[in-house]
Amino acid sequence: MAIWIEEDAKVLVQGITGKQGMFHAGKMVEYGTNLVGGVTPGKGGQVVLGLPVFNSMVEAVRETDADATVIYVPPPFAGEAIIEAANAFETVKGEGVIVCITEGIPTLDMVKAAAYVANRTNVRLIGPNCPGIITPGKTGGAKLGIMPGHIHAKGRIGIVSKSGTLTYEAVAQTMSIDEGQSTCIGIGGDPVNGTGFIECLSAFEADPQTEAIVMIGEIGGNAEQEAAAWAKENCSKPIVGFVAGATAPPGKRMGHAGAIISGGKGTAEEKFAAFEAAGIACARDPSELGQVLLESLKAAGLR
Amino acid sequence: MNIHEYQGKALLKAAGVPVLEGVHCTSVNEALEAYDKLGSKVVAVKSQIHAGGRGKGTMYNPENREEVMQGGVKIAFSREEVETYATNILGNVLVTIQTGDEGKLVNNLYVESGCAIAHEYYLALLVDREDKTVLIMASTEGGMDIEDVAHNTPEKIHKINVDPNAGLLGFQKRDLGMALGLSGNSLKSFFKMLGKMYDMFVSHDCAMVEINPLVRTEDEEIVALDSKISFDENAEFRHKDWDEMRDLSEEEDVEIRAKETGLSYVKLDGNIGCLVNGAGLAMATMDVIKLYGGEPANFLDVGGGADEEQVKTAFSIILEDPNVKGILVNIFGGIMRCDIIARGVIGATQALGLDVPLVVRLAGTNVDEGKAILAASDLNIHPADDLADGAKKIVSLIGGGE
Repeated sequence: MAIWIEEDAKVLVQGITGKQGMFHAGKMVEYGTNLVGGVTPGKGGQVVLGLPVFNSMVEAVRETDADATVIYVPPPFAGEAIIEAANAFETVKGEGVIVCITEGIPTLDMVKAAAYVANRTNVRLIGPNCPGIITPGKTGGAKLGIMPGHIHAKGRIGIVSKSGTLTYEAVAQTMSIDEGQSTCIGIGGDPVNGTGFIECLSAFEADPQTEAIVMIGEIGGNAEQEAAAWAKENCSKPIVGFVAGATAPPGKRMGHAGAIISGGKGTAEEKFAAFEAAGIACARDPSELGQVLLESLKAAGLR
Repeated sequence: MNIHEYQGKALLKAAGVPVLEGVHCTSVNEALEAYDKLGSKVVAVKSQIHAGGRGKGTMYNPENREEVMQGGVKIAFSREEVETYATNILGNVLVTIQTGDEGKLVNNLYVESGCAIAHEYYLALLVDREDKTVLIMASTEGGMDIEDVAHNTPEKIHKINVDPNAGLLGFQKRDLGMALGLSGNSLKSFFKMLGKMYDMFVSHDCAMVEINPLVRTEDEEIVALDSKISFDENAEFRHKDWDEMRDLSEEEDVEIRAKETGLSYVKLDGNIGCLVNGAGLAMATMDVIKLYGGEPANFLDVGGGADEEQVKTAFSIILEDPNVKGILVNIFGGIMRCDIIARGVIGATQALGLDVPLVVRLAGTNVDEGKAILAASDLNIHPADDLADGAKKIVSLIGGGE
């Protein structure tokens, strides 16, 4: 078991004929992902990486019975690509997971797309502006995104993060104490996204393979505070946390569109305090995440 | 991206939201012509800068830093007063609670007709991250700092969320207007105004529209007396008119150049330059430098697929800051290969004649090749094993910290 994406999940790539899409589709196959096809409107019938290209998501899901799709479509079209995927999964299969990697989607496009997905209860959106989701297997696994596959190993730590490279850092930290990962999810750094921290924590809590969780937040909004309050009531598994941006000045956007302290709200201190109040073991330095996790595992009798 | 009040008013007017007549001026003469043209006995003479708190700010002479006038927004009752205020504002520096001590040089002025105000309200439209919808927020406490109102009297802030499928509905506009105590003509005026403002918010891809104050005039009309509008930069590709509205003098020159090369850079006050891939990791790198006693000089994210040229540009941008006494490079290679970064770092240090200590931490894809390349160079590069090690090394190399 893992969460949402099993090791052998059948995966599509939207935008597979584009430069980014083709490059990353190749890397996904290399890792062992069960890629079953791609979608680029107008390029149906082509073959990329030995896989069929379809004109539409409905056609692709019907023909391949895919469980998930990864979107590498450029920002002007990505909002609609999410909606197309949600419609296809809902009408053809009744369920599906959409992973949107694209950075720079207009916020109001995401408002529309998020509302569309939210109305389809068995369709899940991860991202946008995220590294994706990976479920490492014994050999290979399912890599739906742009993360470097080789740094992961199958294990019992669930990782959820708003950031890309900082997630890799967290993965490396688990590896430094000889722990692998059940599933790692980057939920993305945009102000409006799909799956949030709470849904990830809830799924990790229910997943028998996951025995501890690493949660990485950053400045902006109050998703971390809400997740911490939720975890306090509902999570029995140990959680280790870090929040990036303690030194970020207010009012300045720090790379991610959502990473901004506005009106004095959404600071790292606020989030760390919420984590600590919820019993989440915090590392103030991400290089210490491994050590803090090890102590939490020991305290829980897991090491 | 922020725009000036006069630009925002033009957008509001075009959208059908009532605003007062006004003229954008860049000289004292233009201000006087505007006064003549408006034919209003009372006019507001308003400094145009992107920061808030203009009314309570102070005008300074940019050369000798002597105070010229209290307030960056003045009410003029005569042609002479318009001349005095325009002279005191244009070419001088306005310092407000939002500008920092440096203040902002004022090159633009807005001269606007007066009106008889019965009451001042607050109105804002923005994207609600938690609800994932457009949020409309209003209060009877106009003209005040809304953060204070939210803190002291949260019951005086009224909110509605707009379902993106249904759009802004009649009952929502009515409910909000009635919550503000409006009735009769003023309620009708509010109802009509709010619909147009929401349409403008959506069609122009706004990130925020803040009207403080929104006023009810003595003849029961609702008018936007101020306007603070910002756009969602992600939507720039479908708004060709934004370029004309961009005031580059309001943006940090170096931040603009960074953006043009695909880098994300924010200048800070410290002395340790940072070069990192990924926004989250870049923030974490700054945090860890501070944790070990140093002060970061900048946020710099080179992105996921930076090449040698971008690394070089990143170095040159960091080194432009005279405060920088050392640099920490922190790369977790995913798509980006550490050997390429290592070559980029060497190329940049040679080309730029780097003379400050440089600590490089590499991890991820092709890390061993990357480290070998750095070790083989005869440059003064200090390798680090992890982020903490890197931060400690750069702090001690510049003689800071414990």
